[in-house]
Amino acid sequence: MAEDKRRKMIGLQPEGDVDWSMYRGIMVVVEQRSGVAKPVSWQLLGEARRLADKLDAPLMALVMGQDVSHIAQQAIGYGADIVYHADAPELKDYRTRPYSRVCLKVIKTYRPEIVLMGATYTGRDLAGAIATHLPTGLTADSTQLDVDDERLLLASRPAFSEKMLATILCKQFKPQMATVRAGVFQALPYDEKRTGKIIAVHQDMHENDIVTKVLEFVQDDNRVNLEDAQVIVAGGRGLGGPDGFKLLHELANVLGGTVAASRAATDLGWIDHAYQVGQTGTTVRPKLYFAIGISGAVQHVVGMQNSDYIVAINKDPNAPIFQIANYGIVGDLFEIVPLLTKAFQERLTPVMAR
Amino acid sequence: MHIVVCIKQVPDSKEIKIDPKTNTLMRQGVPAVVNYYDMHGVEEALRIKDKYGARVTVITMGPPSADKALKQCISLGADEGVLVSDRAFAGADTLATSYVLASAIYKAADTWGPVDMIFAGKQTSDGDTGQVGPGIACRIDYEQLTYVQQIEDINPDTGELIVHRHLEDGVERVKTRTPVLITVVTELNTPRRASLPGMLRAARYTPIVWTTNDFEELDRSKIGLRGSPTIVSKTWVPEPKHVSTDMLTGTGNEVAATLVENLFGTELKHSLGWA
Ligand SMILES: Cc1cc2nc3c(=O)[nH]c(=O)nc-3n(C[C@H](O)[C@H](O)[C@H](O)COP(=O)(O)OP(=O)(O)OC[C@H]3O[C@@H](n4cnc5c(N)ncnc54)[C@H](O)[C@@H]3O)c2cc1C
Ligand SMILES: Cc1cc2nc3c(=O)[nH]c(=O)nc-3n(C[C@H](O)[C@H](O)[C@H](O)COP(=O)(O)OP(=O)(O)OC[C@H]3O[C@@H](n4cnc5c(N)ncnc54)[C@H](O)[C@@H]3O)c2cc1C
Repeated sequence: MAEDKRRKMIGLQPEGDVDWSMYRGIMVVVEQRSGVAKPVSWQLLGEARRLADKLDAPLMALVMGQDVSHIAQQAIGYGADIVYHADAPELKDYRTRPYSRVCLKVIKTYRPEIVLMGATYTGRDLAGAIATHLPTGLTADSTQLDVDDERLLLASRPAFSEKMLATILCKQFKPQMATVRAGVFQALPYDEKRTGKIIAVHQDMHENDIVTKVLEFVQDDNRVNLEDAQVIVAGGRGLGGPDGFKLLHELANVLGGTVAASRAATDLGWIDHAYQVGQTGTTVRPKLYFAIGISGAVQHVVGMQNSDYIVAINKDPNAPIFQIANYGIVGDLFEIVPLLTKAFQERLTPVMAR
Repeated sequence: MHIVVCIKQVPDSKEIKIDPKTNTLMRQGVPAVVNYYDMHGVEEALRIKDKYGARVTVITMGPPSADKALKQCISLGADEGVLVSDRAFAGADTLATSYVLASAIYKAADTWGPVDMIFAGKQTSDGDTGQVGPGIACRIDYEQLTYVQQIEDINPDTGELIVHRHLEDGVERVKTRTPVLITVVTELNTPRRASLPGMLRAARYTPIVWTTNDFEELDRSKIGLRGSPTIVSKTWVPEPKHVSTDMLTGTGNEVAATLVENLFGTELKHSLGWA
């Protein structure tokens, strides 16, 4: 096996031309499952539109899947100028090999200077493979994006349990790549009259050459997904027991939100640990966060302080949680929460009924 | 079967504090621990070893003090622990890290036989990118299965395996064939404790150290800080959000009504689709 001695090592040098000035525009890789795009993809197009305008460069989207031409069309409505669309049975479910092959082909052919993906499980799986293959630098899980005068992507990401932010750049290679956290940026309002170009991309792998097969996908509708929640109704020790969470569920249901908890509540076994927000739980960034019977310990606050709006309900007027809340209510949660649920219900129901 | 587990020593994140005066990280005296996810990778490799027989090699790239982490894995039942350590490796981003680890995996294959499976963690608690696993798989052209929460079946003869991947919205059942790299989530298993003979073996064991000189074909421009295309241009502590808290007063009904009114007066009305 002497000839085996020199082993293959992928991703040491960029292939082909390295005239980086040929690389222009921003490309967003759209993620979908069963023909439904993930919201993070449209959020990314929204932010990338701003950056593309600043660079005076086109905004591209890459849509891969089976029977996903409607998603290619949607990408234009959400801000893309050009959509590369690869449609094939081999792309029905996400798999690293065929997806990265298409992605690499599109990047090498159309040369975007920036490539963005959602920092979802699939996005990280794909981005990690592609960035290595090219090779190029990849910033993980960014929450802020910008471009500077030299057309460098400034991707900033939280570090060390959200205690700091770090701005990361890549000067050496193109495209500059980043994955971006879901729920951070806002999608543009959908404009069905927007026009753009859709370009078909050929998928050239044979099913026989793809070792990995997806056997089935079992959707879990009860999966706790705090990271993507838009509205979170969180409770703490003040709830007094597991029953207190029923009140929170009622409020969350009216608002289409998700229940969450402080560590005090999860440690007491009132609710599963998966619901815990904070330093040793999940970091969340919803549009609206209710902290109910939660004192506002720093370990809790680091995990939710970036929520757009925070409402605190606590019987102790000196509870630290009020310092970071936009709206504070001093009072007994067992009285206030049901009244709040009712008030929201009355305000929202006629809208829904229309 | 030869299984490689990649582990990383990380600072215990609970202990990291920020110097309020300089706004920099206070790393001194922060104890190092093995990245949480990685111990689940070690455990899974050992379970396969227990069931089918396998050689388990644990590899870490890090400073000399990371030999402690390797000894911990030896005490659990790993066969060898390799410390890939050289000042030239320092400052690596994920691209440079995956290159060095891939080189080490090739060397492990030359030393102890072809590598059928590689385990890595879902992500670390310090760099937290989750990019090194896919990076290694890409480098050496292995199948890549990320976020694995269960190995349903392995056929040691054909190398076929069926795993369950833990995704945001559900669980995917996937079939593949070795050689494969798997990144693991904590649902996969419960790591064991060291046995007494294991501890004795670990006490006597000296991890193998590989420096740059041990890799014949290493391209030195691709390692460490120099081989890392990503540059940290600045770090800062975000300003605490200055909020002016609106304390609502009145009866229960009044505060509830005022809050709803106020929230409907913000952009939430549109962004949450209330209108
Ligand atoms: C290393 C470490 C990591 C940690 N990680 C986390 C983490 O990830 N997440 C986390 O949440 N915590 C974490 N903690 C714990 C944290 O320090 C606090 O202990 C915890 O957040 C307190 O939870 P709480 O606010 O629910 O309880 P408490 O602090 O006991 O607060 C309960 C609040 O409820 C109010 N209340 C009581 N009854 C009522 C009522 N009827 N109506 C209205 N208000 C009422 C009280 O006034 C009080 O303010 C961590 C701690 C450590 C040391
Ligand atoms: C605050 C901060 C932010 C960073 N951001 C980025 C970034 O955006 N992009 C980037 O390219 N780099 C970044 N880095 C550098 C990155 O952390 C290092 O490259 C590191 O060596 C590996 O990345 P990771 O810790 O993210 O590992 P992950 O990719 O999260 O680790 C996954 C698994 O790979 C294995 N593994 C990782 N490192 C080693 C190792 N040294 N030895 C053995 N096994 C290992 C382990 O099994 C681990 O569980 C950052 C570092 C810091 C401190």
